Amino acid sequence: MTKLVIDGKEIDVPPEFTLLQACEAAGAEIPRFCYHERLSIAGNCRMCLVEIKGGPKPVASCAWGVRDCRPGPKGEPPVISTRSPMVKKAREGVMEFLLINHPLDCPICDQGGECDLQDQAMGYGVDSSRFAENKRAVEDKYLGALVKTSMNRCIQCTRCVRFAAEVCGVPELGATGRGEDMEITTYLESALSSELQGNLVDICPVGALTSKPYAFAARPWELGKTQSIDVMDGVGSAIRVDTRGREVMRILPRVNEAVNEEWISDKTRHVVDGLRAQRLDRPYIRENGQLYPASWFEAFDAIAAKIARSDGKRIGAIAGDLAAVEEMFALKELLGKYGSVNLAVQGGDAFDPKAGRASYIFNPTIAGIEQADALLIVGSNPRREAAVLNARIRKRWRSGQLKIGLIGARADLTYPYDYLGAGTDSLSELAAGKHSFADALKGAKHPIVLVGTGATARHDGAAVVALAAKLAVDFGAAKPDWNGFAVLHDTASRVGALDIGFAGGAGGLSAAQMTTFGTLDVLFLLGADEIKVPDGTFVVYIGTHGDRGAHRADVILPGAAYTEKSGIYVNTEGRVQMANRAAFPPGEAREDWAIIRALSDVLGKKLPYDSLFALRQALFRTAPHLMRVDRIETGNADDIKTLAGKGGNLEKAPFKTSVEDFYLTNPIARASAVMAECSRLASGKMLTAAE
Amino acid sequence: MSVRRLAPKELQPASFTFAPETLAWAKAQIAKYPPGRQASAAIPILWRVQEEHAGWVSEAAIRAVADLLGMPYIRMLEIATFYTMFQLQPVGKKAHIQVCGTTPCRLRGADDIIKVCQSRIHHEPFHLSKDGNFSWEEVECLGACVNAPMVLIWKDTYEDLTRGFASGNPSKPGPQNGRQFSAPLGGPTTLKEFT
Repeated sequence: MTKLVIDGKEIDVPPEFTLLQACEAAGAEIPRFCYHERLSIAGNCRMCLVEIKGGPKPVASCAWGVRDCRPGPKGEPPVISTRSPMVKKAREGVMEFLLINHPLDCPICDQGGECDLQDQAMGYGVDSSRFAENKRAVEDKYLGALVKTSMNRCIQCTRCVRFAAEVCGVPELGATGRGEDMEITTYLESALSSELQGNLVDICPVGALTSKPYAFAARPWELGKTQSIDVMDGVGSAIRVDTRGREVMRILPRVNEAVNEEWISDKTRHVVDGLRAQRLDRPYIRENGQLYPASWFEAFDAIAAKIARSDGKRIGAIAGDLAAVEEMFALKELLGKYGSVNLAVQGGDAFDPKAGRASYIFNPTIAGIEQADALLIVGSNPRREAAVLNARIRKRWRSGQLKIGLIGARADLTYPYDYLGAGTDSLSELAAGKHSFADALKGAKHPIVLVGTGATARHDGAAVVALAAKLAVDFGAAKPDWNGFAVLHDTASRVGALDIGFAGGAGGLSAAQMTTFGTLDVLFLLGADEIKVPDGTFVVYIGTHGDRGAHRADVILPGAAYTEKSGIYVNTEGRVQMANRAAFPPGEAREDWAIIRALSDVLGKKLPYDSLFALRQALFRTAPHLMRVDRIETGNADDIKTLAGKGGNLEKAPFKTSVEDFYLTNPIARASAVMAECSRLASGKMLTAAE
Repeated sequence: MSVRRLAPKELQPASFTFAPETLAWAKAQIAKYPPGRQASAAIPILWRVQEEHAGWVSEAAIRAVADLLGMPYIRMLEIATFYTMFQLQPVGKKAHIQVCGTTPCRLRGADDIIKVCQSRIHHEPFHLSKDGNFSWEEVECLGACVNAPMVLIWKDTYEDLTRGFASGNPSKPGPQNGRQFSAPLGGPTTLKEFT
């Protein structure tokens, strides 16, 4: 530890700290533009100047190590001042230079009200300009569908360049030219291809990079802010939903070190317009092949009439990707009253809730990736299935000594890996120790075996999971102190569904069986759109968007999207999180649990809860761990040993990623024009790459 | 300094290939650096490419060098646009004249040299003369202040220039007023005798 005196206060900090970190530890506020704690240090904005006693000039604290501070003549600790007149004058000088070429267009700038430059100019700016010469003018650059540029405002902090190269792993942004003529651009102004590019807007300290879909839509101070959880993938990123009136205007990330740090994927951020389009705002009933608007009671009566004529065993339910735990629980209880256990969640057939929680969650946790020293990816493309988690893997890879192996489809994951093979044969060979990567896994202290949905959502998914578990056990990834068996789910609903047993248990049918011709009379789809229901089954679709499920439905009951209801979601690592209501569902749409509760009344099988609170009380009695929000109920490593013994028949087909198009994975994203445009740009890029 | 951009599309060649000997030379340059640090060879290779391809760097060449070094294209573009020694547009076939315009040369008559360039080649720098043989630009100090004013053509410096330097005859590199290097004009003035 190193002793320092900062603003007269003595403080002890680790010697590897920078002066800026030390000053913050001492409670001093240091203004900065180019410095960002998750990026490398550039030291080019000079806003963070502080005075070191005895030094000839102020130093940039972000790029000055604590161990580089010289002690006083008698060995006294170095004295640093962050508030002296010299510091103030120096920062005012820097600010004046920054503002020389910065346009005074704050009234029409989207960053206005949340701009670092605006805020700091209040502290260090001078009232008038001494600059009589011409201002620099820079052409705006095209960066794709999500990031709008206004390059006159750029202060050349290069945060965006470092973010693209370091966090995204797609070094597409650069600074061409030099000096005053330096310009931020992509190579020949091609569109950015990262799934994390929306974060560039957050990371830009001025209004040079702003959100294109949100351009000129609202001002930050007129928005209602609701803290919530994202459901676009299985990561469960922390988000803030900004609303104006009934409308969701934008979605921003919140800091959650354990999950998403401070990044969110583009789908999370820009799916907003999908919440407005294609919405189901009233019930519908199909008559003679046509869907007609109906009242709630007509819709309920139609369902009741159909159910009265069918056997309880021939009723089933499949939950979609965005379903919250509460509504799945209510639906499970409703079907239970008919004696039906035909429950399934999309893509969840390979997992058995009775095999223990460890068998289906991301046991090492997302933050635990940073301890890993070997990573085997089986049948997954984490970049598309969980973009933020992929950034975490890349962060770990950048810090060195991480061996990565991939079995599955080749893809650009933003980090290099050993390609071990395409399918189950390679997995079996690796399990038998026939590949050099097996030694890397064996030698590792904290190995992770990551199994993706591409491997588990197949017919032989259960066997693949068992083999992966066997491999994890054999290579020491399932120890009491380190559980490296990691199932990466690509949807927000799956772990929650498995937690409450919303899966084909004893005597129940799996999703594959339920969608076979002639097995079911009535099928409830809780926002399930990725399945094909055979003819002859009466389909009740409870969902938000006029997507595939609604097209097939016989009765449509309009539900609430994730921003319109309070709901519990469990992310892929088993972390229980609560999404909050930011807006209200459109038209006659209602919260999903309330729909099921009302339907149960009409069916004469009334569910015993009248409020969400009462429902949660019942839910917590069956699954108490869901009560502990933001916590993970750790799985038992022994469950993985049991799972490893299960075996099963493997098919030879190669693994495919479960997410073919990152931007169009769920009904909300498919309704979004922004996502469609991103998808078009991305596919164009892939076409040229394939040529 | 002005904004440095790549030449417009219609001036860009469609493709670029390394000559076999250039490639061999480039590989030798890359081998000087540890594995994974090939990018260190970027500037020498790009400069050699410029020398061998009509004195300027095309967009295709930037991509080719980036591919050779395993660098993102934008990183190579950053290098090419940062260093003014890389010409981003076609230059004169016979000579690209880099006129030193820093203070000592200015005081000794660089203005006149620039005026000659403007009248004989093109009014604007970085533009080809009508026959395509010449182009000119003003550069910062080239380190021959004692022989001011001076110009650099390819790798040769022409020093102690007067307006008459553009008489049309290819002159010898070095001082144009008869002195040896930067020795005093008219012979030595000190140390004339050995003791």
